[in-house]
Amino acid sequence: MSSYHELIKNFEKIRSYMREFYVFGFKSREEYSQKSARSYDDERRRMESWLGDYMRFTRTAEGKNTFLSIDSRSNAHNPFYRAWKAKSFTDLDITFHFILFDMLHDPDTSLSVSQITEKATLAYFFGFDKPPILDESTVRKKLKEYEKEGLLIGEKRGRRIFYRRAEDTALGRDLSFLDFYSEIAPCGVIGSFLLDKYPPHADVFSFKHHYITGALDSGVIADLFCAMREERIVTVSNLARHTDEPKRLRLIPLRIFISAQNGRQHLIAYQPEGNLFRALRIDYLSDVKAEEITPRFSELRAELDIIQKKMWGVTLPLKRNMKTECVEFTIKVESGEDYIPERLEREKRVGTVEKIGKDTYRFSAEVYDAGEMIPWIRSFICRITEIHFSNPRLETRFKKDLRDMYRMYETEEKT
Amino acid sequence: MIFKEWYGVYYQTTAKIITAILSEHPQEKDLQNLVRKCAFGESALTVLPALKNEKWHLLRHDMSTPLKHPPSMPLTLIQKRWLKAISLDPRIRLFDFQADGLEEIEPLFTSEDYRIYDRYTNGDPFDDPNYIERFRTILHAVRTKTPLFLKIGTRGGIRTFGCMPEKLEYSEKDDKFRLLVSGVRRVQTVNLSKIISCEPYFGKLSGAVINPPKQTLVLSVHDERNALERAMLHFAHFEKQTERIGKNEYILRLCYDPNDEAELVIRILSFGPMVKALEPESFLERIREKLRKQQQWQL
Repeated sequence: MSSYHELIKNFEKIRSYMREFYVFGFKSREEYSQKSARSYDDERRRMESWLGDYMRFTRTAEGKNTFLSIDSRSNAHNPFYRAWKAKSFTDLDITFHFILFDMLHDPDTSLSVSQITEKATLAYFFGFDKPPILDESTVRKKLKEYEKEGLLIGEKRGRRIFYRRAEDTALGRDLSFLDFYSEIAPCGVIGSFLLDKYPPHADVFSFKHHYITGALDSGVIADLFCAMREERIVTVSNLARHTDEPKRLRLIPLRIFISAQNGRQHLIAYQPEGNLFRALRIDYLSDVKAEEITPRFSELRAELDIIQKKMWGVTLPLKRNMKTECVEFTIKVESGEDYIPERLEREKRVGTVEKIGKDTYRFSAEVYDAGEMIPWIRSFICRITEIHFSNPRLETRFKKDLRDMYRMYETEEKT
Repeated sequence: MIFKEWYGVYYQTTAKIITAILSEHPQEKDLQNLVRKCAFGESALTVLPALKNEKWHLLRHDMSTPLKHPPSMPLTLIQKRWLKAISLDPRIRLFDFQADGLEEIEPLFTSEDYRIYDRYTNGDPFDDPNYIERFRTILHAVRTKTPLFLKIGTRGGIRTFGCMPEKLEYSEKDDKFRLLVSGVRRVQTVNLSKIISCEPYFGKLSGAVINPPKQTLVLSVHDERNALERAMLHFAHFEKQTERIGKNEYILRLCYDPNDEAELVIRILSFGPMVKALEPESFLERIREKLRKQQQWQL
C-alpha cells in the first residue's frame, strides 16, 4: 500500500527536486529514478498537487520529461511558497492547536498546563465518539514550543507556569507592503504567511527580472540571519558541486550575497579551519545549526567590508595577501547613444568610468577575479575599441571567444 | 523555524471551514469548494474527511464544532522579526505601513546582513517626498482602477496623456518601478521616476492596446565552463523548456516579450560562444549586427 501523502515532514528532498524541475527540467524519470523510482514518483505527484498549473510534460527520445515552467513576471505571488505550506502534522497537533487558541481567545486569559489539559478533555473533547487522550507532558512540550516561537507568553506564578496568547500585531488595512516585500525581501515567504491571515485582494504589483527559486532557500537563509544577528558560529552541510556526500563545515556567517541578475545567493563566511573567507552557494547548504557566540564577528565583518571593495561578484581572495587583477576597456559611443555612458555608470560596481574623448569612455577596475567581469564586458560588444587584462590568460580567452562568436554567427568576411 | 505546520495550507483551510461553520451553516458542497479554492490539488481527499470523521476532533459528525470562536493565531516571533526588518528598508516609506508592537523586536536582518551586489545604482529616488506622494497616488489608482492624467518628462520634452493604470511593475535589477498602462496609444509602460505629475483623469481613453504576442527564442547551449547551469539560472524567470540533444549540448526555448528584445540580445551576448541564438531570424540579425560592428575594432 502506498505511503504517499500530500504533505511532507522534511523540506530538503523536495527542495532539490523542485529546483531541478524548474531550473533545468530536461531530465527524464529514469535519470531521477536512479536513486529511487518511488521517491521520484512521490515528489512529482506532490509538485503536481501544489503547482499543477505550472507543470509541463514533454516526450523526448530519452523518455517522458516533467518540468515546471513559470513566467515569474505574470505571477504576483511566488508559487514556490506553497511548498513551505505543506508541513505534515499529527492528528493531535492540529486538534491541540485549534483548541488551545480557542481557550486562550481572550488575551487576558492565562492557564496552567494542568488547566489546559483538563479543559481540553472536559470542554473540547466532549461529544466525540473516540476522544483523544491528552497527557500533561505532551501539553507541556507543546506549550514550550509555542512559547519559543512567540505564540504564547509563559508567566511563572509560584511553581506553575501560566500561558496566555502573545500580543498580536495589527497591520492596518492596506497590505500593499506585504504584496511587495513578500516578493522582493529576503525570506519573503514570511510575508506570504502574513498575507494568508487576511482575505485575498486584487494584485497591484508585478515583478520583472524576478528570480523565484531563492524561495526554496528561505529556511537556510533565515537560520543564517538569526546566527548573524546573534554573532554566532554555525555548522552547516555543504553539498559542493560534483560531489555526492555533503560535508559538514564550521563557519562564521558574515553576509548573504544576492544576485539580482541571475538569482544566485551565496553565503560569505569565515572558515576558521584554514583561516579563510569562503563564498558558498546557498542552494547547496542545508541543516544550519547555531553554535556558540564568537567574539570575532565584528572584526571579520569589518575585514569583509574592505575585501568587498575589490569584489566584482562573489570571488574572494584565496589568501589574505592575494594579488588583484586589473581590467581596462574603452568604448566608443555613437550619436544618440547617451544611454551607454549611463549604463557604464549604473553598472560599474567597484570600477571607475572616465570620459577620455568626445565620444570615448574608459572603464577600469581592480578586482580579485577579473574573469567574473567577462560576461558583463561582453554586453558592450559592438563598441569595445580596446581591452586589457593584467591576467594574460583572460585576455587571450576573451579575444578567442570573440573570434569564436564571429565564426558561430558567420559574420567573418569571406576571403 | 519557518517550516511549521501552523503556516500550512491544511491549518488555514481548517480555520476557514470552522469560521464558516460558526457563522453561516454552510452546505457540504460549500466546504468542498472552500477546500478546492484554498488548499492543494489533492487536499479534498484529506481535509474534509479528517474533519467529518472526527479524526481531528474539531468537527463532530453532525458538523458542529466544540470551538467557540473563529480560529485566530497571534503573529509568531519570526513574523514580527521579518516585519521589523522590512520596516527598516528605505522603500517602506512608499507604503502606509502600520505594525504596532515591534519596538522591542530584533529585526531578522538589516541592510548590513545582505548585499545585492549587481543591482544598478540609478534606482528610483525612494526618499524623495514628491516621488513618494506620486507613488501613493498611483498605487491607489491601480487598486481602485481610476484613470490618471500623467505628465512625464521625455528626451524630447514633456508629454501628457490620460491612461488606465494597470499594474506597478518593479525590477530588482533596475531598482525601479514602472507603471503598466492601457487606454493610450503607443504607451504601455511609464517609468515612475519620469512622471512629473499625476491626477485623476475624467476624459475618454483610447481603445485597449493589444500587446504584441510573445515570441519564442531558441538557444543552443554548449555546456562548457558551467554554461548550462549559468544559463538555466540566468533565464530561469522566463517560461521555458529545455531539451538535451547530445553530450553537453542543449536546446533552450524561452518565451519573451518583443519589447524586451534589445535587453535580451545583450544578455545572450554575455554568454559568449557557449550560448548561440538559433531563432527567430530577426533576433539573430541583431546579434550579427553587433558582432559586425565589433569586428571593425580588430581586438
